[in-house]
Amino acid sequence: MSPAYDGHLPAELTLTDAAIAEDAAALELVWRDAPGFWGWLTTVDHKSIGKRYIITAFLMFIAGGIEAAMMRTQLARPENGFLGPDLYNQIFTTHGTTMMFLFAVPMMNAMGLYFVPLMVGARNVAFPRLNAFGYWCYLVGVVFLYVSLFVNMGPNTGWTAYVPLSGPQYSPGHRVDVWAQLVTFTEIAALAAAVNIIVTTFKMRAPGMSLNRIPLFVWAQLVVSFMIVFAMPAVATGSTIMLAADRAVDTQWFNPAEGGDALLWQHVFWFFGHPEVYIIFLPALGMVTPIVETFSRRRVFGYTALVLANISTAFFAFGLWVHHMFATPIPELGQSMFTAASMLIAIPTGVQIFCWIVTMWSGRPRLTTAMLFVLGFIFTFVIGGITGVMLASVSFDQQAHDTFFVVAHFHYVLLGGAVTPLMGAFYFWFPKVTGRLLDETLGKWHFWLFVIGVNLTFFPMHILGLDGMPRRVYTYLAPTGWGSLNLVASIGALVIATSIVIFIVNVALSYRGGELAGADPWHSSGLEWATPSPAPSYNFLHTRIVGSRHPLWEPTADAPVLVGLSMQRREVLLTSTFDARPDSRNHHPDPSIWPLYVALCMGVTFIGSIFSPYFILGGIGLAFVGLFGWAWQSSHAAGHELIAPPDAAEVA
Amino acid sequence: MLGVGGVIWLIVICAMIYAARSPHGEPGEDGLLQVSDATHHAMERVVVGAGIVTVVVLLAFLSYDFAVGEALAQHPNRALTIDLVGHQWWWEATYEDPDPSKRVTTANEIHIPVGQPVQFKLRSADVIHSFWVPTLNGKRDLIPGYVSSQWFTADTAGTYRGQCAEFCGLEHAKMALYIIAEPPARFAAWLAAASTDPKPPTDPTLRYGQQVFMSANCAVCHTIGGTQAMATVGPNLTHLKSRRTIAAGTLANNAANLTGWIVDPQAIKPGTLMPKSTLQPAELQALIAYLETLK
Repeated sequence: MSPAYDGHLPAELTLTDAAIAEDAAALELVWRDAPGFWGWLTTVDHKSIGKRYIITAFLMFIAGGIEAAMMRTQLARPENGFLGPDLYNQIFTTHGTTMMFLFAVPMMNAMGLYFVPLMVGARNVAFPRLNAFGYWCYLVGVVFLYVSLFVNMGPNTGWTAYVPLSGPQYSPGHRVDVWAQLVTFTEIAALAAAVNIIVTTFKMRAPGMSLNRIPLFVWAQLVVSFMIVFAMPAVATGSTIMLAADRAVDTQWFNPAEGGDALLWQHVFWFFGHPEVYIIFLPALGMVTPIVETFSRRRVFGYTALVLANISTAFFAFGLWVHHMFATPIPELGQSMFTAASMLIAIPTGVQIFCWIVTMWSGRPRLTTAMLFVLGFIFTFVIGGITGVMLASVSFDQQAHDTFFVVAHFHYVLLGGAVTPLMGAFYFWFPKVTGRLLDETLGKWHFWLFVIGVNLTFFPMHILGLDGMPRRVYTYLAPTGWGSLNLVASIGALVIATSIVIFIVNVALSYRGGELAGADPWHSSGLEWATPSPAPSYNFLHTRIVGSRHPLWEPTADAPVLVGLSMQRREVLLTSTFDARPDSRNHHPDPSIWPLYVALCMGVTFIGSIFSPYFILGGIGLAFVGLFGWAWQSSHAAGHELIAPPDAAEVA
Repeated sequence: MLGVGGVIWLIVICAMIYAARSPHGEPGEDGLLQVSDATHHAMERVVVGAGIVTVVVLLAFLSYDFAVGEALAQHPNRALTIDLVGHQWWWEATYEDPDPSKRVTTANEIHIPVGQPVQFKLRSADVIHSFWVPTLNGKRDLIPGYVSSQWFTADTAGTYRGQCAEFCGLEHAKMALYIIAEPPARFAAWLAAASTDPKPPTDPTLRYGQQVFMSANCAVCHTIGGTQAMATVGPNLTHLKSRRTIAAGTLANNAANLTGWIVDPQAIKPGTLMPKSTLQPAELQALIAYLETLK
């Protein structure tokens, strides 16, 4: 292995075509899923799981969008009777909960689970059964929320579920329980994805892909995975333990009458809730870089700056949560610390945008749909960033807080800052997933209608908020004069909906009849383009040895690859964390039904816990049985073979 | 702030469009992928320069914010103090006075003197609410278990509308309040009138109306000064007719709306804690006639 480090391979090791075909057939036999429906249920292939994750999350985007359209219909004119307060409150809560917990976070995780292994040259994620388990848990959560909504048990206290409104006294029944336990499923799924992405990134990179060479998308996913590991436990403590226990077994965490504290919830929730925004936003920034690089035909300017911006954003993100609480009686001096931190976070974000702009300037950008979405992202997101800086100011926030100004701000940030790049990413990577290109003409219609729709919907909300319209109101009185701007916003929502319909049509048409993409349709630089589209079950026949940040743009005559992994059984290469030196060969788990079984047990545990605490014991007991099956299967063929480290002379 | 923000946005967007459309890009030493040293230095200068400008603008914002924050944090030594309690879904205001008999309690409409600081002591009776009159003050939450404070001075006489800003359940949308700022003399006259109880009715219809009030569950929740009705679950009705609106800013306060509200409050504000009435027409008429006298 060691001669590979300098990026050159002795000539006698060059592969012949016959050998390649033979290897491909052998690998396919080892890595493919079981046939039929059983194979669908038991798969542990990160591409299968990633794809269904993306599709499910996109369906949730549609569901949340339908809820948004219902709200915009209700608010289109004053004292409209389309939705009553009870239904409106369920719909806006489900909209927020869906978009945050069932669309945005899972979608960003799914993009990571699909593409990180391809980008780092791995055959799969590090813990494939955990990956399957995460998806099934997420799916249980999706079904749970929407069944609840249709049986009139939809949560109705907002996606933030502030106590005491969400407590047992003011929200009897099971609606808030549904919310509290739904969050649990997202927590499990996100943690499973985060652990997988961290370990895959640290231990399964192609030889030579040292930490300072990994693609920025992978950096973003890595940083965000660490954020998930630190943020999710906060909301798990808050919702799954404290709130659920207050409601189910009469603990008094949040009840001031019994020595509890209503503000405690807000601290716990926002300690998760603010990083959550960056958990959604940073992966989207990671998608921007490869698109800018590819279509500007330039290496991105300031790789190191972009990496440091990611890391510093992640750090600062944990020091901002009190800016959601400037209207509470927290001392002014404490608040000003959070003001300063909130403004500080604009610096790394700004630097990233400057880097992309100069990269574009230094090249000749091709304005494909993906690239247009990047421009649309900057256009829209910068507005959200600037209103974010304004909201960091205590005196300004005390006016704008909890109004439509804030609604406008976070939709600019999330739709503009996260969904717009995500749309670009769909156009960019769709060929890798399906083997066909999306249609560019429909794509441009999609782009223009989407960006115009977002701005038409949300810009008027800034003015409404400053004019005194609070958020989360099911109606408003005519004399307030808020009718016309609300109507404009509702028309904007219609424009967004049209653009999404065009996108779906585009996907449907292109999936069947789109232009064939080939391995690398954009002449891009990342490893994911070094394998056919769609990637085979084993991802790479032979992983490239990486010698720079842009392996496919390297001007090398011979492209050295990794050989020596078993063709007869699932085997993956583990490499060292910093320099990606080959470390060991590991047996990789086979497909298994147990992740699905354990996920269903989690469903019994947490959904059942709403009705009786005994379900927790029963569900965990059943899950325990499944964990035996899970571990048993994967250990019977386990193997782990160390690779001797190259001696010092060779490395030098 | 809005202006500076707008200018920054415009500069960034112009730079972006220029970068995306400019014919600058040219093959460097290493094909298209590598830029020339001169270009690289130019890029460095732009990013570092823009970064420095960002830091300077943010520091300016921060200093400005701290200055405003400090100014807002100055408390007056003496102020009229009003206890404001948030309920699902209305506001209860009590004017503090060392003499308990002079304390005035009203709902959803707060009279204040122009040009004098007014302090609000904010509490909640149930869930979190937020007190906000956009023209006069920033928000302050009313949180169970906490007493928070806010003060402001109205410089101009007028009626200012505000609305609960923190989602508080079913009728969060219909929880408005009005601040009525008036010259000190008029305010004093209002306060004096508000602290006297209405005279017991003498007219037989009105007396019947009062009886209906006492016997038909109204008195279980409401107070009318000088009568046996002393409950505090719902708004104090002692001077009901002195208010411009009913149902927390939802309806104009006239006999027709009041009748509709009493007959079926759930149709106007679904979920409000006030139940539907089962009064006979004669009882209802007498009740309305009586309530209309509570000036």
